[in-house]
Amino acid sequence: METFETICYIDENGNVRNEEGAARINEKLAKEMYEKLLLVRTFDRKAISLQRQGRLGTYAPFEGQEGAQVGSASALKEGDWLFPTYRDHAASITFGHSIPRVFLYWNGRVEGCVAPEGKHIFPPAVPIATQLPHATGAALAEKWKGTDNASIVYFGDGATSEGDFHEGLNFASVFKAPVVFFNQNNQYAISVHISKQMNSETIAQKSVAYGIPGVRVDGSDVFAVYFETQKALERARNGEGPTLIEAVTWRFGAHTTADDPTKYRNQDESIQKREQIDPLLRVERYLKNQGYWDDEWAAEMQANASAVIEEAVEEMEAFPKPKVEDIFDHVFASPTWTIQQQKEEYLQQMRGEDA
Amino acid sequence: MKTAVANVQKLSLVQAVTDGLRTMMSEHKEVIVMGEDVGQNGGVFRATEGLIEEFGEQRVIDTPLSESGIIGTGIGLALNGFLPVVEMQFLGFIYPAFEQIMTHATRIRMRTLGKYHVPMVIRAPYGAGIRAPEIHSDSVEALFTHMPGIKVVCPSNPYDAKGLLIASIEDPDPVLFMESMRCYRSTKGGVPSGKYTVDIGKANVLKEGEDITILAWGAMVMLAEKAAEEYKKQDIHCEVIDIRTLYPLDKKTISESVQKTGRVVIVHEAHSTGGVGTDLISLVNDTSFLSLKAPIERVTGFDVPVPFSALEDHYIPTVDRIKKAINKVWTF
Ligand SMILES: Cc1ncc(C[n+]2csc(CCOP(=O)(O)OP(=O)(O)O)c2C)c(N)n1
Repeated sequence: METFETICYIDENGNVRNEEGAARINEKLAKEMYEKLLLVRTFDRKAISLQRQGRLGTYAPFEGQEGAQVGSASALKEGDWLFPTYRDHAASITFGHSIPRVFLYWNGRVEGCVAPEGKHIFPPAVPIATQLPHATGAALAEKWKGTDNASIVYFGDGATSEGDFHEGLNFASVFKAPVVFFNQNNQYAISVHISKQMNSETIAQKSVAYGIPGVRVDGSDVFAVYFETQKALERARNGEGPTLIEAVTWRFGAHTTADDPTKYRNQDESIQKREQIDPLLRVERYLKNQGYWDDEWAAEMQANASAVIEEAVEEMEAFPKPKVEDIFDHVFASPTWTIQQQKEEYLQQMRGEDA
Repeated sequence: MKTAVANVQKLSLVQAVTDGLRTMMSEHKEVIVMGEDVGQNGGVFRATEGLIEEFGEQRVIDTPLSESGIIGTGIGLALNGFLPVVEMQFLGFIYPAFEQIMTHATRIRMRTLGKYHVPMVIRAPYGAGIRAPEIHSDSVEALFTHMPGIKVVCPSNPYDAKGLLIASIEDPDPVLFMESMRCYRSTKGGVPSGKYTVDIGKANVLKEGEDITILAWGAMVMLAEKAAEEYKKQDIHCEVIDIRTLYPLDKKTISESVQKTGRVVIVHEAHSTGGVGTDLISLVNDTSFLSLKAPIERVTGFDVPVPFSALEDHYIPTVDRIKKAINKVWTF
């Protein structure tokens, strides 16, 4: 049976593991990646702290998975489509989503679903795996319109058990849709370990059934993720169809801030794992090994990231109050009489007039 | 209602669910619990907490993340001797299993002239008001009351939750058992230990009154009671009925009440169009039309998806909205 080795360019100590791959990394790229990883980590930690202070609703953290998200989203170009889940803000932010809007999403504001003009970023998928066929469809549309734009779609290991995973892959494969199926295998779906999720050894191998390439990559190695995603996107743009990428990751924290991971996951294991897999630490070690590291520069990067995030929090908190009308006005292009009537009566009541 | 003499404990609704599961699992080895995170995690709402320790992994099963798989496998188990109680993590995520429920669970008995049947219970937390992320708050019971072949049950208090759950597990046909997340921990109530049942298909007159009938279920029962309480001060007496079973409706209890009061307010948090409220109006029409002194009023969620949490309070019926409706039927 076909096996899928985990591709890694830079190992946990920041040493080169794959000469050919690593030859494409230079100081500029490494520093850029460091900066992006730092920004999204700062975002994630801030979101958790805001949630604890009651300034943000339930939140789904991603710390530990930044390498997978930043590396893959960095490979996209303007015009591509990104289909995230509720945990893929690092990818969305990397691709140009507005940070205040991402915060707003977690504050229960629908405005958080709206990406900046010209950015094809779909709202986070909340039901598991439903976004995979969407990505296939959007990618096919690009192909049939004759562009070289592609889609990338994010999903977890749990998502591979849903029918929509298989249906999305199969359609993409049959129609050669320019789509990259980007799996983050953090090895848990809430409390369920991957060994109970599936009997397959890897997720990458599921590509075989659909006759498409499968790639297994070390999700903590932002460089390997970046270049491997780039390859898949090139294939897509060249009309060669979809690719399934499995990025092997580990999430350090809870499933969401409403969840208690101590019930099903050994936290010491997470703490130990951080030493090995922390994607940010890995780039730092690489930079140090290469002699590119500079304390002052790193401090400046951290200060920048903190400033950007603080500013985004302020913007989020200063955002205009939600409009009640929005719940009625965007269900249809023009409201049906039922909605119109319900809206009028409700607004009258809010104004204190008797309906 | 059959009640064995037993100790009564104060439990929350979610604890009553656990107690009901435990009671039935102890009594029948065929009862198994399956779903996402129901085992080691004890369910995301702790509804299955402790069961895996007590009954083992063979009977409390963490499944892959696949609603269609869970219900489809549940159907197979049910028609071959087991009594599966499957959990949908939230009612809003039941949609991938719609096919299995609609085209299989509900019709196997009919398609085999009774040779096979599906004694399965589908438990599903539902409803708005707890600031859950989008889609988690859906209240789509009417999708299921519209399906021939499945009963739909929705308790609003701990006593009923346990009694109805046990009755649902004992029911030879599929039952959708809706658990209001807003009711899960809002109050505690007396729950007898051991086995007792609350009849499916039987509504509960919670408060008696001669003037107006209020029909509600799930979390809306609390609000209906509050509104009724406030009108009592003005000497207007509402009869509050907890519908409890949405399919089949309790024709007798509802029509008797309407014939007494002549005025009806229906409260549900699900969307208005095609909601169970519509069936209730139809039932009143059929049984009690000549008793009506005013058109029936409905207080419901709007015909819009349950909004994101920042606006969800504008979606859910409030005591104020219920009071307006009471006023309207009273002053007609
Ligand atoms: C269809 C559906 N079923 C259940 C849920 C509840 N739920 C939310 S996240 C989750 C686990 C997802 O695991 P995975 O796909 O591995 O992604 P991760 O959260 O680990 O990133 C579950 C069961 C859901 N959102 N949608």
